[in-house]
Amino acid sequence: MSRDTLFDKVWDLHKVSRLPGGSDQIFIGLHLIHEVTSPQAFGSLKDKNLKVKFPSRTVATVDHIVPTDNQSRPFKDNLAEQMIGTLEKNCLQHKIKLFNIGSGNQGIVHVVAPELGLTQPGMTIACGDSHTSTHGAFGSIAFGIGTSQVRDVLATQTIAMNKLKVRQIWCDNKLSKGVYAKDLVLHIINKLGVKAGVGFAYEFAGPAINALSMEERMTICNMSIEGGARCGYINPDEKTYSYIKNKLCAPKNEHWDKALTWWESLKSDENSIYDDVIKLDASKIEPTVTWGITPGQSISINQQIPLLDDLSPNDKLVAEEAYKYMSFNPGQFIKDTPIDVCFIGSCTNGRISDLRVAAKVLKDKKVSKNVKAFVVPGSEKVATQAKKEGLDQIFKDSGFQWREPGCSMCLAMNSDKLIGNQVSASSSNRNFKGRQGSPSGRTLLMSPAMVAAAAINGKVSDVREFIKK
Amino acid sequence: MKSEFTPPVGKISNIRGQCISLIGNDIDTDRIIPARFLKCVNFDSLGKSVFEDDRKTLKGKHPFDLEGNKNSTILVVNSNFGCGSSREHAPQALMRWGIKAIIGESFADIFYSNCIAIGIPCFTLPKKSIQEIQKYTFNQSLFLEIDLNNSLAVSKDINFNLELKNSTRKMFLSGEWDATSTLLKNENLIKNKFNDLPYLKFNTHFL
Repeated sequence: MSRDTLFDKVWDLHKVSRLPGGSDQIFIGLHLIHEVTSPQAFGSLKDKNLKVKFPSRTVATVDHIVPTDNQSRPFKDNLAEQMIGTLEKNCLQHKIKLFNIGSGNQGIVHVVAPELGLTQPGMTIACGDSHTSTHGAFGSIAFGIGTSQVRDVLATQTIAMNKLKVRQIWCDNKLSKGVYAKDLVLHIINKLGVKAGVGFAYEFAGPAINALSMEERMTICNMSIEGGARCGYINPDEKTYSYIKNKLCAPKNEHWDKALTWWESLKSDENSIYDDVIKLDASKIEPTVTWGITPGQSISINQQIPLLDDLSPNDKLVAEEAYKYMSFNPGQFIKDTPIDVCFIGSCTNGRISDLRVAAKVLKDKKVSKNVKAFVVPGSEKVATQAKKEGLDQIFKDSGFQWREPGCSMCLAMNSDKLIGNQVSASSSNRNFKGRQGSPSGRTLLMSPAMVAAAAINGKVSDVREFIKK
Repeated sequence: MKSEFTPPVGKISNIRGQCISLIGNDIDTDRIIPARFLKCVNFDSLGKSVFEDDRKTLKGKHPFDLEGNKNSTILVVNSNFGCGSSREHAPQALMRWGIKAIIGESFADIFYSNCIAIGIPCFTLPKKSIQEIQKYTFNQSLFLEIDLNNSLAVSKDINFNLELKNSTRKMFLSGEWDATSTLLKNENLIKNKFNDLPYLKFNTHFL
């Protein structure tokens, strides 16, 4: 059993009681909600005649369903209009702060909360979205919950949960040029498998993690869930504190010093005990691309799609399903696979640094004429900053469509969808069957820089060939 | 899909019904209920759309479309079932189709807690036993009677000792799976925690 890790300290601090059944009642310090998984929770509150216990600890925004082309109200999609209308009504009625479209702070919930300084070390953070693990990048314990648990948090600010085990993933050395946080996390998921994290929180640590910026750390923690870990985190350091400082909701004045002292005390102790430790060498990782239907099915850009015989018995069943669905042959190279659609965005890779790196690749280049490419900034703040730096113009000049903030084609709940069996190069997080809106659509996950390279060549490419100089 | 849906309430100690086998590892919640069906403000109509895209692809041959399975209530799956999105719409859709319990090699974390929260026990069995059940149901019906007190699944031909976490078992047997009222009982402790947490003192922002 783990001891003295950040996870242990934060869990123990938030434990309200041991429930009769044996699970823990955990206080949730920050609750984030959006339009898709909250309406039924508010409905259930009403049915049970309950109130929101601490409205100040819940913050809302809209992201999953918002159109990213024309955002004028009412939306063309009646159901989208109804869902957002329902959230607006619920927030008004229960006095919950909502960052709506046009507020300057709307966007993907996991992009917005860190930008506002809401996400801080030592908090427990819950949201009806599996990528809530993103916030662990700040040394918080953050995890996705379902709608019934959203109701429980609204009604009691607590949930019933069993404590997770802790696995440290130690990343030595540092990533080489042209290799990004996305490649690192895809590599980790591939090595450990998509279900290795079940029952675990992942602590990402080591020189390669320390060297990452806060936005890159968010990319890593974001995809913990794709490795089965409901929660992933990184111990806070100077980078964490300087990211938070002066943000809208950051502690101010004398509170800042108190916060710093407290945050420092939360780090995993040097002799803390983990349930498991995995070590890997980050310098050996190359640009990585998924070829299958789970985020674990990835290879380096110069590798071949694995043969059935090279896979463990457990992986064979899904691999066979993947070859068929993706129309790929075992042994085929992933490089040069033709691409129909390029998507840059999502809670994994829709932040300003992601847009900067993609724009750098695209500058003075043109998107292949066979490719539809679009970029969806993660938030209104990201969009504003990108415009200030002229990134929107670089994207547009290259042939990318520049869109309004939202989740968009990561999960295709708005009108951005693949058609038929189109192949997308996507900076998002899931390559599940049908994920991007077409029941036969095919998704290749990669870093935003790799998506930009694929857009220019019209096929899967090695971004390192674009950034040689 | 069954015509009348009544959600489970209170103590759950016995589940009996016919098994329906679904073969495959890593079946994610996008497949259980594709994202376009998440455009709803209640869960009522999700049952008919469960596995919609997989079912369309298999043109009537998907287990959820086979005539012999239409009254099934116990779903038998392989490993890492329910991975991916946290959408409770997935277990809600299964429940509204008629599923009352799931037996599998393993389950994804969030899916597992969502199932508890809506009253669907998820049991585990070793791969070999799951395959045995799935093979059995391939050409004949299997009716199981599951007793949560001892986790025993009994049928006329085969019996299984199902695995269930003790804390989960207690929640179903006591009715505590429907957690809100249990959590609310500690109202004073919650208030104390709210007053004690260091960061709630130094976060004096506008909220």
